Amino acid sequence: MSTNEQAAVKAATETENKVNTKKIREILDANNGARIRTWLSICARCGLCAESCFFYLAHNKDPKLSPAYKFKNTLGELYRRKGYVDWTFLKKCADIAWGECTTCKRCSMYCPFGIDIATMIATVRAILFSQGIAPEGLMRTVVNYRETGNQMGMSSEDFIETCEWMAEESSEEIRGVTIPIDKKGAKYMYTVNPREPMFYPQDLAMAAKIFTVAGEDWTMPSTGWDCTNLPMFAGDKALAGQVVRNMYDKAVELGVKNILITECGHAFRSALFEGPYLAGYQDGKTPVPVIHSVQLLYEYVRDGRIKIDPAKRIKEPVTYQDPCNVSRNGGLWEEGRKLVAYLAEDFRDMTPNREHNHCCGGGGGFIPMGPEYKARRMASGRIKAEQIKATGAKIVIAPCHNCFDQLGDLNKEYKLGVKILSLKEIISEAMIVPDNLKPEEADEEA
Amino acid sequence: MNNLYNFLTGPALWFSFAVFLVGLLVRLVFLFGLSRERDRVFYNHIDWRWAFRSIWHWLIPWGSASMRLQPFFSLVFFVFHVGLLAVPLFLSAHNMLWDEAFGLSLWSMPDVIADILTVLVILCAIFLFVRRLARAEVRILSGIWDYCIILISAAPFVTGFLAYHQLLDYDLMMVLHVITGELLLILIPFTKLGHMMLFFFTRSFIGFEMGTRRGARSW
Repeated sequence: MSTNEQAAVKAATETENKVNTKKIREILDANNGARIRTWLSICARCGLCAESCFFYLAHNKDPKLSPAYKFKNTLGELYRRKGYVDWTFLKKCADIAWGECTTCKRCSMYCPFGIDIATMIATVRAILFSQGIAPEGLMRTVVNYRETGNQMGMSSEDFIETCEWMAEESSEEIRGVTIPIDKKGAKYMYTVNPREPMFYPQDLAMAAKIFTVAGEDWTMPSTGWDCTNLPMFAGDKALAGQVVRNMYDKAVELGVKNILITECGHAFRSALFEGPYLAGYQDGKTPVPVIHSVQLLYEYVRDGRIKIDPAKRIKEPVTYQDPCNVSRNGGLWEEGRKLVAYLAEDFRDMTPNREHNHCCGGGGGFIPMGPEYKARRMASGRIKAEQIKATGAKIVIAPCHNCFDQLGDLNKEYKLGVKILSLKEIISEAMIVPDNLKPEEADEEA
Repeated sequence: MNNLYNFLTGPALWFSFAVFLVGLLVRLVFLFGLSRERDRVFYNHIDWRWAFRSIWHWLIPWGSASMRLQPFFSLVFFVFHVGLLAVPLFLSAHNMLWDEAFGLSLWSMPDVIADILTVLVILCAIFLFVRRLARAEVRILSGIWDYCIILISAAPFVTGFLAYHQLLDYDLMMVLHVITGELLLILIPFTKLGHMMLFFFTRSFIGFEMGTRRGARSW
């Protein structure tokens, strides 16, 4: 054996040592249920899933981006090798599990067997996380969740102060706006994405104004107010369970009737669909009902609790971005459309749409994964950019923070020349404020 | 040859049926046991209407958005499966064997139809084989075994066709026909062909997961 060869063997053994095979085998075993076994063993390798995937479509139909290829060469290989894999293999898996899949679940609707590939990719992420592998951007948020209970490490004091500040500012526009904190027995416990209090506090103000005009009985919790769940995307299932439990426990403690989720997609997926399982509830049920903003805002307008000023309806062509986790994985595609019909005069749907819509390319943790993933995000977002361009819309309504950011980036990258808006923003601008809620100054002027 | 044929249509046939049925049953019972413990999500959201719709739309031609994206392939895929099931079950020659053995048999289709279906199955198998080689996204997923499965599935049809029309050596063809047919039966429980049973469960699951929970159609 030459010195070079010896060095190579040594290097290989050293990397081998880094892999905690025992841990991998434990996770493989825990997930080796009837579903994953069946999926892995009956995939007919027909290739029908390929065309459902926007990564595949955006990269000139690269066969390595077909969903079946992705699970076969990650989880399939892990089971085939019974967990005995090396570091290079795991790095390759990471590239696929985070860089080539947003777990949007579209492929499961295009598979003849309905194989739930997103669930398998999530399992791969859990295995990688157990080896200390995850995109840095997600790892940073995981530390924050663990220390503060929210992804951006915001303290409770700062959060409450921001709420008070926003309530005060808003009450200059609408009389009596408050942001009740920890109000017991409220109908809705409103939970948000930390980027709202941190960077876009006006989002809180908009919501408070809408709730005030609708006469809603609502509150914000002082803890468990972050409904996002990035550990779910990082593969840290234990922490992901803790994150949803923080929210559930607070809702139970306050005795609220519902948990209300802000215009955020994955938060809804976490709170209503995956949360109970992450939290370890055997029956798969949330302790209180979970409602998404799209649903509630639609009901407000439909029932006339919020009236839209006809003069303020949007005249420019509008399209609606179906966030994967609100539409396909949240069931609210019709509510979103019906609400938009109240707000805009010229609605143009994307193709495909509703539960068949393509992911924007920013989901599954992609946006918080940070700059090193941006080039990929822009490349795979081409499909979404083309969908938007084809509608000729000037405004894209996106009821999801990830979509919102991704569309903002795509707008620049592909020079779409559109404006991206949230539902809250449109409604809080266009709603009719009843006279009794108009600020006193306005009364005097009149 | 006669002795061999008698053995193949006697004990070997019983053995094949036993492996096929018991094999599928064992696989099902094993998966059921596993699922009670590890797949609670399957049982928590049961709604048979969604399961039925999820299955039905994938049984009929072009019943799903996915099939409509590749209409010709979907047609081939449909005809292939119809032939694969209908010919062995409703062939009059097969029913005569059942009748001889038990005095009971299924309805028999006219031989002309069986003949046409057989040719279609063979043509479909050729198409599926070529598609597997020709389309990059299918080729990349395919191993030797995936090609073998197509050949093994088509073999009883090729040999049956040759025997029925007494082309080549009839006795040899009959022997090969029975052997390949039995091989296919034996393989079903242990390979991806198990989808003939498991299809209904995976489709039910995605029906519950997307339909019951979200109201989304998985087709």
